Formats: sequence, C-alpha cells, structure tokens
Amino acid sequence: MLAFLIQRVLQAIFVMFVVALISFSLFHYVGDPVLNMLGQEATEADRAALRAQLGLDQPVVVQFWQFVVNAAQFEFGISYRSARPVTDLIMERLPATLELAIISAIFAVVMGIVLGIYTAIQRGSWLSKFIMTASLIGVSLPTFLIGILLIYLFAVELGWLPAFGRGQTVRLGDWWTTGLLTTSGLRSLILPAITLGLFQLTLIMRLVRAEMLEVLRTDYIKFARARGLSKRVVNLRHALKNTLIPVITIIGLQLGTIIAFAIITETVFQWPGVGALFITAVRFVDIPVMAAYLMMIALVFVVINLVVDLLYYAVDPRLRVQGGAK
Amino acid sequence: MSSTPSSAEPGAVEQAPDDRNAAAASHPPDGGREPVLCVRHLRVEFPTRHATLVALDDVSFDIAPGEVLGVVGESGAGKSMTGNAVIRLLEPPGHIAGGEVRLAGRRIDDLAEEDFVPLRGRHIGMIFQDPLTSLNPLFSIGDQLVETIRAHLPMNEKQARERALALLREVGIPAPETRLDSYPHQFSGGMRQRVVIALALAAEPELIIADEPTTALDVSVQAQILALLKRVCAERGAAVMLVTHDMGVIAETADRVAVMYAGRLIEIGPVNEVIRRPQHPYSEGLMASIPGLAERRERLYQIEGAMPRLAAIPAGCAFNPRCPHAAERCRTERPELLPAGAGQAACWLHDPENPVARREAPQDTQEATR
Repeated sequence: MLAFLIQRVLQAIFVMFVVALISFSLFHYVGDPVLNMLGQEATEADRAALRAQLGLDQPVVVQFWQFVVNAAQFEFGISYRSARPVTDLIMERLPATLELAIISAIFAVVMGIVLGIYTAIQRGSWLSKFIMTASLIGVSLPTFLIGILLIYLFAVELGWLPAFGRGQTVRLGDWWTTGLLTTSGLRSLILPAITLGLFQLTLIMRLVRAEMLEVLRTDYIKFARARGLSKRVVNLRHALKNTLIPVITIIGLQLGTIIAFAIITETVFQWPGVGALFITAVRFVDIPVMAAYLMMIALVFVVINLVVDLLYYAVDPRLRVQGGAK
Repeated sequence: MSSTPSSAEPGAVEQAPDDRNAAAASHPPDGGREPVLCVRHLRVEFPTRHATLVALDDVSFDIAPGEVLGVVGESGAGKSMTGNAVIRLLEPPGHIAGGEVRLAGRRIDDLAEEDFVPLRGRHIGMIFQDPLTSLNPLFSIGDQLVETIRAHLPMNEKQARERALALLREVGIPAPETRLDSYPHQFSGGMRQRVVIALALAAEPELIIADEPTTALDVSVQAQILALLKRVCAERGAAVMLVTHDMGVIAETADRVAVMYAGRLIEIGPVNEVIRRPQHPYSEGLMASIPGLAERRERLYQIEGAMPRLAAIPAGCAFNPRCPHAAERCRTERPELLPAGAGQAACWLHDPENPVARREAPQDTQEATR
C-alpha cells in the first residue's frame, strides 16, 4: 500500500514536471511579452530593463529552474497585463470556479447515478426510453449552446433566474468568497451549474446504466436473488457497489474536465472565475497567467487521479493484498 | 473427509424407493408423505421475434422430503431451465406458460413476485455451477451470510454471526472464526462452493436446487462437495433437485433420476434401474455412451444425429428422428409418461395396449460396422 502510494506520488510529480516544461515553453514561443507590454515607442534600453526585471535575460535552464522552484511554492510571477501577482489573481477567482464546479459535479454525479440505476432496472419502461433519448441531447449539444438556450428560456422568456454573474457573495475567512449563502448567489448558480454538469450527467448516466446492466447479468446477482434478498438490497447493495468500480474512474476524470471546461460556461454566463481569467489572459498574451492556469488544471487532474486510485482500494477488497489469509 | 458421518443416512433413504416411485410423477401423492416439490405439466416459453420457443413442455415430477432427484440430459435439454422455473429465476423473456408448481402442497407458480421473494432462500435454496462467480467479490463472506440469515430469520447482528460461524463449521471451513471476514477471492474453488452451500442452507430451506454444483470443480474436490451436500441435506431432511450432465454424480448421489430431452421429461425412475435398465431409447443411448473403467472399447457409443433445436422439434416424440425403433405413431403422436420397468418412460414401446415393436437390429449393426 505504502509502496503503491509512493509510486503514484512519484508518477504525479513526473507529470507535473512535464506540464511545467510545457507551461514554461509558452514564455518562449508565444511572442515577446516585452514588446506587448511596452508598446512601439519604448526604447531598447527600456526593453532591456524590463527584460532584466522579469528575469528574461537569464539562460533558459536557469529560467526554467527558477520557474519550477517558484511554481512549487505557488509563485507564478507578475501578470503582464494587470501587473499584480498571478497567484493573487487566481486566488481571487478560484472560489467562484470551485463552487460552480463542485455544485455541478454533485448535480451530475447524483443525477447521473440515480438516472443510470433507474434506466437499468426499469429497462423497458416508457420513462427510461424517454430519459435515454433525452440524454442524447446532453451528449450531442455543445455546452455553449445549452447555456444560451437555458438563458433564453429561464432568464429572458420566463425571467425566473439571472442570466449572468455570480449574484451577491459573502466573504469567508481571508480570501474565500462564497455565493452559496445568499439567495441571489444560489439563484445565479443554477443555470451555469446545469450547463456545466449536463454533459457529465448524461455521460455518467449512460455509463452507470451500461455497467449496471452488465452486473445484473452476473451469477452473484442471480445467487443473491436466489438467497431471497429483496430486490432493493440486490439492486442497491450488491449490484450498485460493483457498478461503481469502473464508474469511479470516469467520475474522477470528469471532475477534472468540469473544472477545465468551466472556461466555456464561465464565458457564456460571465461568471467571474478562473476560466474567464484565462480567456482574458489568452486575449492579452498574459503568459504567466496562462502558465499558472495550465499548472493548476494539471494539478487538479493529478490529485483526482491519485484519489481515484486510493478509492479503488477502499471499494475493492481484491486490491487489498495485505491482511488476507492468502 | 466430510462424508464419514453421513454414510449411514443415504442407505436409510434408499430403503424405501418403491413406495416413493408409486407416488411419483403422474399420480397425486398418496396420503402420508406429501412431496416437498410437485411439478405438473410445467411449460416454459420464450417468445422471440419469429416464434415462441417452448423451452419446457409438459414436465411433471415430484420430490419427496429427504430425497435426491437427479436431473440429467445434454446441454439445452432443459435441466437448468426446470430448476430456474421452480425458483422463478428465468431469464426474461422466458416465463412459465402453463402447468403448476407446488411447494409442500402450496401452489407457488402463480404467486406475485413480491410474495415469491420470501420463499427464495427460506423454502427453496439454490446452488449454482460456478462458485468463483456465485459470491459477490466486494462483500466478505460473513457479510453475505449475515445478510442472508437476517433476511429470513428474526436475529440480530450478533446472533446471525454466531449462526454464520456454525454454518461455516458445518460445511467444513476450517477455523471459521478467522475466515468470516475474508473475501471470496481469498478462498479456493472448493472452499467457495462450501460457502455457497452454507449460504443456500442458511435459512434451512426444505428444497435445494443444485444446478451443476460440481461441474466447475476439480475432480478430487467434486466428491467432497457431493458428500457434503448429501450429508447436510439428509440431516435436515431437505429434498434436493440435482441438475447435472454427469451420470457419475447422479449414480453416486441421487435416489431417483429424471432424464430430459428437448425440454421434455422422457424417463424417470430409481437411479439404479435407470442406469442398468434404461427404458427409453434415448436413455439407453445415454447410458451406453458412458465410458466404463472395466470395459475396453475402441470408440464410445454415440447416438446418431443431434438434439433438435427448440425451434425445430419434430412432431410426435421429440426423439423419433434419432430413434432406432421409431414407428409411424412416434412421428405423429406424442407419448405421455407410461409405466416402464420400475419407473416411467415417455415412449410408445411401453404402451400397455398397443406397444410399438422394438427393433433390435439397428443397434447391433451399428456395433458391427465399427
């Protein structure tokens, strides 16, 4: 177990190193930021001074080493555009993105599993067929279109929910701002959360359904029924637990995707999150922000993968090698 | 190892085969010993897009308390289907389309599903072929035992665990205290089948349906498991329906044997009689094809042709295209189970009024041409 954990952590560090290399290479291949920052009228001396200030006059290897050391301490330098530390910018925006991502992930996972189980158990029913057909929409419609349709229906036509923004927020602790404690914050969250989670919901639902159908055909389910266990126990205890093993992986990866794809939803709903920050950064070639965003998303994926691997251990006794009688 | 205490029991059971057979198949049970299971004219259908397949057709038999009925036949003959129909675990769209099933006199085939669920495990236990896949890999065997016991008996967690330990001890799991919290993958195949038997017996059902219980096991383990199954059922007076294609298993374990062919029951009788003096031409072929240790043969006997598919069962007797004795009547009129030898056979050779003539020649010529 410990060896496994160490191995996984080393792998994660390697992945992060590679991502750091890619992020770092942005600085050298996406134009010259100094030209952008100073404009056309600046003198060569001004440029050299700024270059030195930003550390761009150092050898590449030294620059990279400096970048990695800083990144390990969550230091990503100064934003070229707003001249503020990148870490501050991201930290300001992170709560909005995380709240949106977590709420839509909960929405997707809970609804996905419930609907997946329902459509697997009531395979032939009219409602199951309707849900399966409707889920095709979730899979095939692009996120921005769903967002725009939802805004049109619920904000413009019905006027039930706000069309953009995060509503009122409350400050918690030093830097965390939350929209979950105000009515306007919660109302603002509904449409973006559905938009962001809908694709994942349909994906999880279809996966749970397929796995569940597979598991329901196994001998141990038939034997569980032959032992006289009630339908509910067989379906929700014996079948569901086996269904969840492969589903956990996908859900884990999808959580990462939710945070990464928040960009589109945040743009559509003008949600003041990290995704919106990234889009602005791209527009202004704000490389430190882009690099930091890349590193952040990679870290999220790596951490989730690690957690998923550990969850396997918790769920499947066959992986727990030690402690057995063998 | 586990067979020694039981060796007296089977003998005692075998002492009364005759009066049981008188009560068997088509006659209603006569007074005193009511059969545990009574199946009459059971019919199972699978509707498909093109046609309705009849998987079981007019199957009737009884099993007395403490009796082991072996059910044999080739793959697809309907042996497992019969067991699944009795415990109502047919794969949809398969369903019981006719006949009746009585458990201790009570009709159970027409119960609603929610009324049937409590019968499973409590009154009818079932053991499946593959112990490696019968147990849920994610739950410890203690969990699976306790949940089964508590589903049927009014016990708290602690009492159920005690009972689980006693069951494991009874089926010969060494040091059950240390194994109760182990997971299925930590047991060998034979040990897992013992756990499966413990699970099937957890609530003391009167009827055990064992569907090929030893097919997936090592030959050396097979005998142990059979002896165990026979002993624990004899101790409880539970009736056993033993489904297998292995005549050796039947010969060793069963009191009576039922032979199935193309979804029909074609012969039923005391096990020694059916093996030594089969009455139906198909049973004759089946018994002749068992390799014996004593005799030396170039090739094993085989019945010409193959069992018909369910979609193409011939009119009359299902066996007529392969039968050496087939007469015109066999191709048009389906025989009922008729008294034959010490049991019954569904064959016009045994029609008391107008039997079809037996032709001895074909079998001999077959032997001669080899």
